[in-house]
Amino acid sequence: MNAMKKLLGWVDDRFPLIETWKLHLSEYYAPKNFNFWYFFGGLALFVLVIQIVSGIFLTMNYKPDALFAFASVEYIMRDVQWGWLLRYMHSTGASLFFVVVYLHMFRGMMYGSYRQPRELLWIIGMIIYLALMAEAFMGYLLPWGQMSYWGAQVIVNLFATVPYVGNDLSTLIRGDFVISDITLNRFFALHVIAVPLLLVAIVFVHLVALHAVGSNNPDGIEIKKNKGADGHPLDGIPFFPYMVAKDGVATVAFLIVFSAVLFFAPEMGGYFIEANNFVPANPMKTPLHIAPVWYFTPYYAILRAVPPMFGSQFPGVVAMGVATMIFFALPWLDRGKVKSIRYRGPIYKAFLAAFVVSFLGLGLLGTLPSTPTYTNIARVLSVVYFAFFILMPWYTKIDKCKPEPDRLTSK
Amino acid sequence: MNAIKKLAVLVLLLAAPVMAVANTEEKLDVAPINLKDQASLQRGAKLFVSRCLACHSASYMRYNRLGDLGMKEAQIRKDLELPDEVKTGSTMQAAMDAASAKMAYGVAPPDLSVIARSRSADWLYTYLRSFYVDTTRPSGWNNTAFPGVGMPFVLADMQGEQALEVEEHGGHHVQKLVLKTPGSMPAKEYDTAITDLTNYLVFMGEPAVLVRHQIGWIVLGFLSILLILMLALKKEIWKDIK
Repeated sequence: MNAMKKLLGWVDDRFPLIETWKLHLSEYYAPKNFNFWYFFGGLALFVLVIQIVSGIFLTMNYKPDALFAFASVEYIMRDVQWGWLLRYMHSTGASLFFVVVYLHMFRGMMYGSYRQPRELLWIIGMIIYLALMAEAFMGYLLPWGQMSYWGAQVIVNLFATVPYVGNDLSTLIRGDFVISDITLNRFFALHVIAVPLLLVAIVFVHLVALHAVGSNNPDGIEIKKNKGADGHPLDGIPFFPYMVAKDGVATVAFLIVFSAVLFFAPEMGGYFIEANNFVPANPMKTPLHIAPVWYFTPYYAILRAVPPMFGSQFPGVVAMGVATMIFFALPWLDRGKVKSIRYRGPIYKAFLAAFVVSFLGLGLLGTLPSTPTYTNIARVLSVVYFAFFILMPWYTKIDKCKPEPDRLTSK
Repeated sequence: MNAIKKLAVLVLLLAAPVMAVANTEEKLDVAPINLKDQASLQRGAKLFVSRCLACHSASYMRYNRLGDLGMKEAQIRKDLELPDEVKTGSTMQAAMDAASAKMAYGVAPPDLSVIARSRSADWLYTYLRSFYVDTTRPSGWNNTAFPGVGMPFVLADMQGEQALEVEEHGGHHVQKLVLKTPGSMPAKEYDTAITDLTNYLVFMGEPAVLVRHQIGWIVLGFLSILLILMLALKKEIWKDIK
């Protein structure tokens, strides 16, 4: 024990170990009324670790080569000890990463976590979300199945619609005139080194920003306004051990869901792993129905909903791009007097509900082949999607809010 | 929270007509497979090696992986009549090379390692029972599940020869397959053989499927106990928070 203390002292003289521990864990005060929605940030971090660790082991056996990629995935599934477990961990993790991140973002929207003073925290989070989309998109090419190939073909061709520079731009991304071995190699490099490095760095920055401003809470009021004699927020409790214990429960509950998918339904009825991706990539044979993986389908539906203008698909691509980026503007679009949905008026609640319906509806439509009826539904839902943001400065201002409490309410 | 409930209802209302439309695809017969039935899987493996491997390969599947079905090394050799030069550790290669197969049938026979994963068990079960005589096709065969199929019906000696008949039911044209010349097996026996074959193809698509479920139950059991302990720990730590 004494030796342990001595070692700790030795380290602490040379590195701010105890200071860091206090600042970020034992004396980082979090609001004590965190509810269900507050689990998903920690869970996202947990899935990031799962993806990195399972990814490292997959990389040991995967071959980024158009001739061997498909076969090497089957080799992992059959001949590598526990290879099937690693692969399903990674594929299940990819989808559940988006489940968790979407819920995390929705939490931020419900409780106004993007509002002052957390604007930068929100923006950093949005950058993580965009990096995650890039990571998922490039990772999906690696199994080199038909959906990998044609999904990538469709998405990269979106860049070709940019006026004047489009064709050069898409060639630059692919490194070739079609998706090929060269594309596979560079997507592999970006997927296993560049983007993960970026992700880990910005997740770290996200946490630094969070710990500087402190967590929001379901009441949307600042706990730092009510401090006790000791200088700590009266409604806050130390992250360690309280929040660690609470998040521990959530992590195990999440693992149960994760394992249920991994062991009993890894393809999730074709939503997590598409059936067509068990056919090796064939540049000469276009599948009848190309759908991206479920987490991109809301944006894909918006893309298809916008009709071509002046003989170009570019407007649809712009709409899709704006749909993903518009979250950046939330802190400045919202003029509400309160942050949390608990004290918002009926108009905001109606708009948020309509937004969720449009997001889920578009997600569903994006998985289906387009028909005239579906396209019309997708158009209506796209208008609702954008109306939520564009009309926000107006409806948040006129909405009748309830008074916020001075202190946190218990539940 | 009320808004969330309303939302769920709206989403369901929206999803219902979509689901109804998505379901109008051609109906497939349900394959009555059972991955726990080792005897069925073994019979399927024998049928696969003796019939399908003549033209198709299963180049990600090793013969000795049949050990997972309870087959010993010697039994694999004897039952599958492997020639001496084929090692049990090697992958299943077609007897015919792809180029000559393409010459003969107009299309190279696809590798069948993961066919059950791309096509589904129900599709395979339906397809292998839906061949009929069609003299307009180069092979003399066609298939209701796969119109214009290149493959001749190599199991005709077992099932017999079917013909496609179109009946009219109140304005609807209903296609029906009728057995014209019986094969060596009665219909029920043939369906069982195809069930065995489909069963095997599903296993071959992902050999780990047999252990995956078993391990899954152990993992879920462990996590459930851990969850109870974590809840107790949380309760203990939080008891002084008001």
